[in-house]
Amino acid sequence: MKLFSTERPEIPIVNHTKEDGSAWTIKEKLWLGLSVNEYKKQFFRNPVNWFMMMICAIGLPLILGRYAFGLGWVTHASNDYPWGLFLGFGLFGMVPLSASGFMLGTTVELFGRKDFHSIERLALLNGLLGYFFAVLFLEVDLGMPWRLPYPMFVSLGPAAVLFLVAWHVATYLSVQIAEVLPALFEWMGWLKGKRMIRKWVLGLTVAGIILSTLHQGALGALFTYAPAKIHPLWVSAQFTWIHFFVSSIFGGLSMVIIASTLIKNYMGWRCDEEFKSNLDYVTIGMAKGASLAMITYLVIKIVAVAHDQEWTYLLTGWGSYYMLELTVAVVLPMFMFAIGVRNNWVTLIRAGAFIAALGIIWNRLNTSLVCFNWQMYQEIPHWKEVWITVTIYAIYFMTYRFIVYRLPIVYEWKGER
Amino acid sequence: MKKLNRRSFIKGGLATTAAAAVLKEKTSVASGDFDNYPEGMGVIVDLTRCVGCRSCEAACNKEQGLPEPAEPFDDFSVFDQIHHGQKRRTDESKYTVVNRYDPPEIDHPLFRKIQCNHCNEPACLTSCFVNAYTKTPEGAVIYNSKVCVGCRTCMVACPFYIPTFKYSKAFTPKIMKCIFCYDTRLKNGKPPACVEACPQEALTFGKRKDVLKIGKQRIRETPGKYVDHIYGEHEVGGTAWMYLSSVPFDKVGFDTHVPKEPIINSVKEFLAMVPMVLTIWPGLFVGFHLLATRKDKIKELEMEKEAKAKKANENDKKEEQV
Repeated sequence: MKLFSTERPEIPIVNHTKEDGSAWTIKEKLWLGLSVNEYKKQFFRNPVNWFMMMICAIGLPLILGRYAFGLGWVTHASNDYPWGLFLGFGLFGMVPLSASGFMLGTTVELFGRKDFHSIERLALLNGLLGYFFAVLFLEVDLGMPWRLPYPMFVSLGPAAVLFLVAWHVATYLSVQIAEVLPALFEWMGWLKGKRMIRKWVLGLTVAGIILSTLHQGALGALFTYAPAKIHPLWVSAQFTWIHFFVSSIFGGLSMVIIASTLIKNYMGWRCDEEFKSNLDYVTIGMAKGASLAMITYLVIKIVAVAHDQEWTYLLTGWGSYYMLELTVAVVLPMFMFAIGVRNNWVTLIRAGAFIAALGIIWNRLNTSLVCFNWQMYQEIPHWKEVWITVTIYAIYFMTYRFIVYRLPIVYEWKGER
Repeated sequence: MKKLNRRSFIKGGLATTAAAAVLKEKTSVASGDFDNYPEGMGVIVDLTRCVGCRSCEAACNKEQGLPEPAEPFDDFSVFDQIHHGQKRRTDESKYTVVNRYDPPEIDHPLFRKIQCNHCNEPACLTSCFVNAYTKTPEGAVIYNSKVCVGCRTCMVACPFYIPTFKYSKAFTPKIMKCIFCYDTRLKNGKPPACVEACPQEALTFGKRKDVLKIGKQRIRETPGKYVDHIYGEHEVGGTAWMYLSSVPFDKVGFDTHVPKEPIINSVKEFLAMVPMVLTIWPGLFVGFHLLATRKDKIKELEMEKEAKAKKANENDKKEEQV
């Protein structure tokens, strides 16, 4: 993209009209204002795209195979480990990293912190896509994916935690679509739609907080169904839900820091001045919030150990692993954030965000796979399962990039708004 | 920031209250208890009587129309099979399995039959979000494959690792587990196929409360023969299938760390919190919003006041002129 954007002043598109006064068509907007040949040229020049295509070349047939021959064809078909990577990474890992939408929505719309406005749309989009792809991961994992609406409309099991997860993810997904739509409407030039949603913003934001609290917590509560199977340090009837919720706060914020860092470094042509000049400031602000959430998380993790009287477990091998997780995944990035905030070292914060986000995924995989059946054996996922997981994540990455390339997410629409 | 007038406040409030109303009723059911069906049937398994003949496995296979196994039922080498360090378990081709244990305390092996224990408050049932499971008054925990979505939470929740999934099928997968021969036998008052096939009377079928009495009687009348515990009397809130053993239960493959309460009890902490969040959060956060934007509001009010004063001033001037 870099090449074309320096040669042609009207690209990247930020307005409804071209230099000569005529309007861009939607089709032209989709092609980024480039001719098909130019588009192809920039696409194939990017080594990332070759890497993605390589992943998909093997991954997409594997996904088709999963639907044709069953889950047993791509996984170890374990009855001891009913949940593998699709849920352990795709659902339990992706959802906390998508808490960004409600975090920044609350900061800007509810608390009136307009100084975080420049990052709000990216946070909302990050949330929406994370949830959407978590549902896609679920659709790969479900035995009968075509029955996804059953818990809503066909046969209701309201006393189950998963029922809450299903309803809340579904409603929250709609809330997030509504929150991101204004960007699409601006880009399409349909202002009526945008104004309509604008009126609902407070209701949507509050609904977002409620639904997020509950289903981030519910994902944790799902594991309290297996109190005898998961190592006691990773599950607690009273606290797991709040551990999951609080850790999603810094998980979501870290993910926005990561996304904005990548966009700033590799998609600079798409960002406007406001986004670029504000980024360090909002990154520091988000790191401040994240480090507060992290100290809260650390304390309630220790409270859980004390409350459930699990001190003796800390002296075992599992206890060391637990301490390792807390130290590397939480304490280390927490100090990186704190020191970064204090000295305005944004690079340190960005590195901390990478560690914190990986740490969240590590924690969720520990809970769902590593420390699950801790008294039995360790399940190592089938290579096809790993490849499909990577493939769906690659599709997530490409969708994310596709949207940020086009919609006014990291730049302000110059045309009528 | 859009200013919050009365209209948008009510609108936002209504939306969240409606969400609360819709969602709340679904969760409040959770705290209800199941009837334990005191007249439900049960089986007591006496490990001291079982000789490991696998007749029950064969009978189950035939009754439930399961596929023919790789090794015939009179092949006793299966007792030496180990997968991932574990003895044989139930899977999509077998609802019940007998395993051999050689506890050092005694000079002969013991055999343990596993199948669904048909809990009083089944974890599979309480974790299912489409109500695919039913605990029948006869005591069986049965499953409806027509509504199952295949999420496999029941398999995660079952403390005994009983439900299995038909992973081999792409279009007709389902949960496979022992159903106490509900359709073909229990419904009509008949004992399940495995009980009927047992040549050693190791399995005793009857009302749960009656077989529990029989178990206690055996412990009392033959001192020293059994450990003084009936596995399943209290485990996870009580199960329809219970066990007697001559050695401590953890020596013959039982998980003695399962909670004494139903599994759902460890989830109730969260379920109780749900209606609180649904009702408290809207008011709390709208309150935060009003608090956070109070300065804008004050500014707005002052501007209105100024405008009014200005107008009044102008009016006064006009009157003077007149």
